[in-house]
Amino acid sequence: MEIGLVELSRLQFAMTAMYHFLFVPLTLGLSILVAIMETVYVMTNRPIWRQMTKFWGSLFGINFVLGVATGITMEFQFGMNWSYYSHYVGDIFGAPLAIEGLMAFFMEATFVGLFFFGWDKLSKVSHMVVTWLVAIGSNFSALWILIANGWMQNPVGAQFNPDTMRMEMTSFFDVVFNEVAQAKFVHTVSAGYVTAAVFVLGVSALYLIQNRHKDLARRSIAVASSFGLAAALSVVVLGDESGYSASHTQKMKLAAIEGMWETHEAPAPFNLIGFPDKEARETHYAIQIPWVMGLIGTRSLTQEIPGINELEAESEERIRDGLIAYDALMTIRADRENVSPEVRETFEAHSENLGFSLLLKRYVDDPRDATDEQIAQAAADTIPGVGPLFWAFRLMVGLGFSFIAVMIFFFVRASFYQMQFPRWSLYAAVAIIPTPWIAAELGWFVAEFGRQPWTVDGVLPTALSASHLSIADLLITLAGFITFYSVLFVIEVSLMVKYIRKGPYMDVAETEAWQAKHEHRLRTHDGQGPFANPAE
Amino acid sequence: MILYELIDFDLLRVVWWVLLGVLLIGFSLTDGFDMGVGALLPFVAKTDVERRVVINTVGPVWEGNQVWFILGGGAIFAAWPPLYAVSFSGFYLAMFLVLAAFIVRPVAFKYRSKRDSAAWRSRWDWALFAGGAVPALLFGVAVGNVLLGVPFHLTDDLMPIYDGSAIGKLIRLLHPFALLGGVVSFSMLLMHGAAWLSLKTEGQIAERARSIGTKAGLVAVAGYALAGLWLAIGIDGFALVNDVVSNGPSNPLYSEVTRGGSWLSAYSTRPWIVIAPLMGFAGALMAMRGLRAGREVSTLLWSKLGITGIISSVGLTMFPFILPSTVDPNSSLTVWDASSSHQTLFIMLVVTLIFMPLILMYTAWVYKVLWGKVTEADVTENSDSVY
Repeated sequence: MEIGLVELSRLQFAMTAMYHFLFVPLTLGLSILVAIMETVYVMTNRPIWRQMTKFWGSLFGINFVLGVATGITMEFQFGMNWSYYSHYVGDIFGAPLAIEGLMAFFMEATFVGLFFFGWDKLSKVSHMVVTWLVAIGSNFSALWILIANGWMQNPVGAQFNPDTMRMEMTSFFDVVFNEVAQAKFVHTVSAGYVTAAVFVLGVSALYLIQNRHKDLARRSIAVASSFGLAAALSVVVLGDESGYSASHTQKMKLAAIEGMWETHEAPAPFNLIGFPDKEARETHYAIQIPWVMGLIGTRSLTQEIPGINELEAESEERIRDGLIAYDALMTIRADRENVSPEVRETFEAHSENLGFSLLLKRYVDDPRDATDEQIAQAAADTIPGVGPLFWAFRLMVGLGFSFIAVMIFFFVRASFYQMQFPRWSLYAAVAIIPTPWIAAELGWFVAEFGRQPWTVDGVLPTALSASHLSIADLLITLAGFITFYSVLFVIEVSLMVKYIRKGPYMDVAETEAWQAKHEHRLRTHDGQGPFANPAE
Repeated sequence: MILYELIDFDLLRVVWWVLLGVLLIGFSLTDGFDMGVGALLPFVAKTDVERRVVINTVGPVWEGNQVWFILGGGAIFAAWPPLYAVSFSGFYLAMFLVLAAFIVRPVAFKYRSKRDSAAWRSRWDWALFAGGAVPALLFGVAVGNVLLGVPFHLTDDLMPIYDGSAIGKLIRLLHPFALLGGVVSFSMLLMHGAAWLSLKTEGQIAERARSIGTKAGLVAVAGYALAGLWLAIGIDGFALVNDVVSNGPSNPLYSEVTRGGSWLSAYSTRPWIVIAPLMGFAGALMAMRGLRAGREVSTLLWSKLGITGIISSVGLTMFPFILPSTVDPNSSLTVWDASSSHQTLFIMLVVTLIFMPLILMYTAWVYKVLWGKVTEADVTENSDSVY
């Protein structure tokens, strides 16, 4: 198989996946924020909260639809572009995708129509329940997708079956409760909450700058900053959980992110900044913080974290061990009815390294014919691109910490300073709207690029996973996706801008009637009306 | 876990084959009228308000309906991985067209009425037309190709391979019989969309829909009959040569297949399956009568029965084949050798038995909440909140 085809397939998958993930985080977070706002409305009965629900709901809708539309591409691309992958691991990987549809997406998509069209057809409480079901559905959706992705990072609960030439599930429980999947799920949905919080904060800040819709903007900031603070803390803490689980499931990824070439005696230092050099196998000008890496990775002061060079040597051993499994597999396949039990036993004993022998398929048709140089080359292939991972990770973490600072600032201002926000902070809030998306895309880059050269870590090499298509096939669909997605992106952003500019639909008469009715009850002790705006 | 051995492997395979049919039918019955309505849009509605009425008949439900399609894809992946791998990569560019339609359609629903410009709205109306018509046509073309057999083979590693260039593979899908399949599915879904509009709209829109729907029903019935005749005299079937091992490993290369005879010989070995084409004819004919007479609920139900009959007749005729191969018949995928493992099928069945009733319940509730006709007043009075 030509490498060109695999590279194009990867490019297309990466592009469509990253495009899809422009819409997902906002869906995850905004659905919950909208549900919270509607809950406040149902509890307090104040019209402003319904107007907020409807306004943020309309922005949610513009975003949601593209998340749905581009998600279909993701589900179909496995079969279209990664057919050998689909055959090889479909027995395990397909299940969470199907369950996502059954359990989560059906609920989300069925009720989202009622969210928009059901305001006059449902009681207040029923509508609120519908909104929550949309939010819960979206988040459950993420759970199952990340169980699927978590399995690609840490393929537990499965075994190779020589009769069907594929991986088969041995424990559904292990697949679902995969520690990598669970850590990823919480990390990813929290990132979505931060994205929505930053978005709501930014748009509300814009309204305060423009001196309009101040009631809505202040309340939205209060909700977004408290929700966002909790989420930003959880992203960082649970990102750390991902790091910890990587230290025993994906050692190579962790070492690459860290730019750690040699195994360091425990506890290893953390390279805060440096310039990883794959040729020289060294990270130049590294500024190190002692002990931190060891603490993050192993939560101990005594356990070692292996460096890239040691892991490469380990890969070479695993390739050689995998060749024994591959040889046994070929014997079984030649005459499966009459093969001796010893051959099957040999296969079982070495099958966990079968995937490593498949790395050689890039160089030879029959891995058993590989030379020592080819084996060394395949072992070197197990080192992912250290430089890009090193930098992408640091940028993501830097952004993650800055979100905590932003949320603390707005939370404190909203809670203890009568909603007084200095003007510079409002401008800053508008300016940082795109940053959570950057952080989220970097996160996916680290997760997926860091897994290379595997589609399923240690089980199936990427080079083997792609469909047997022609280059022309790929060029046609790539051109199609690029044109199509660019047009949709421009339309989406322009509609978002239009609806933000237009602002919420405020029913003035309704609000005033409500205020007149409740004024006596809400009058404060200083004699001021409850609706007087705080002094500017 | 040994629990899964409660149900035999071969039984699970048959159950999942039935469920595959249920999902395809569920998709055609629900999203089918969305596609039909999209394809009818430019012809049944002339003014902007009329078009918005038509769009809003499906506005609140298309998202849920489309999940049948997504779930269908997911279930094929989970229960029939070889089928998923072979068909999606083999129909590559055709799949891309379907994807494009399913991407543009949601966006068109959502964005069309968000600007006042007539040009903007007209462009989205055509997007809705294409988003409904293209998949409605292509699904029939795909089914036609499955009956004809598809030119793929599996290597010893079970890698699916198709020969031919990108465009060549696309053009090869356009065999006259496959095109006839496209005509049947397109006209059938037009009829279904018309039955939906006749229930959900009134006045001129409903009248136009009934008139087009009646003609579409006639084309569907005639095309379906012609396809049956063609299968009887002009198209080879496939058959398993050796004894059927129904609970063996899922490796298509272990069974031997020949090409020859007729698909329709299934009607002599399993005569009871004749009920499916009878349902197809009866449903479509009664739906046509209902459309002409202006009956509403019963017409939609007849139309559903017709679609159920037509789709299940294809599956029942081909059993146990799912995707036969013309260039290497031994690579053909059948119910007995293209499924997931015993355990995965069992787990997926348990999950389905838990969630499918829930899905049907809440979907029914949503339709109940939204029951009633969509009128021009509904659209003009809620201009900001509806599509």
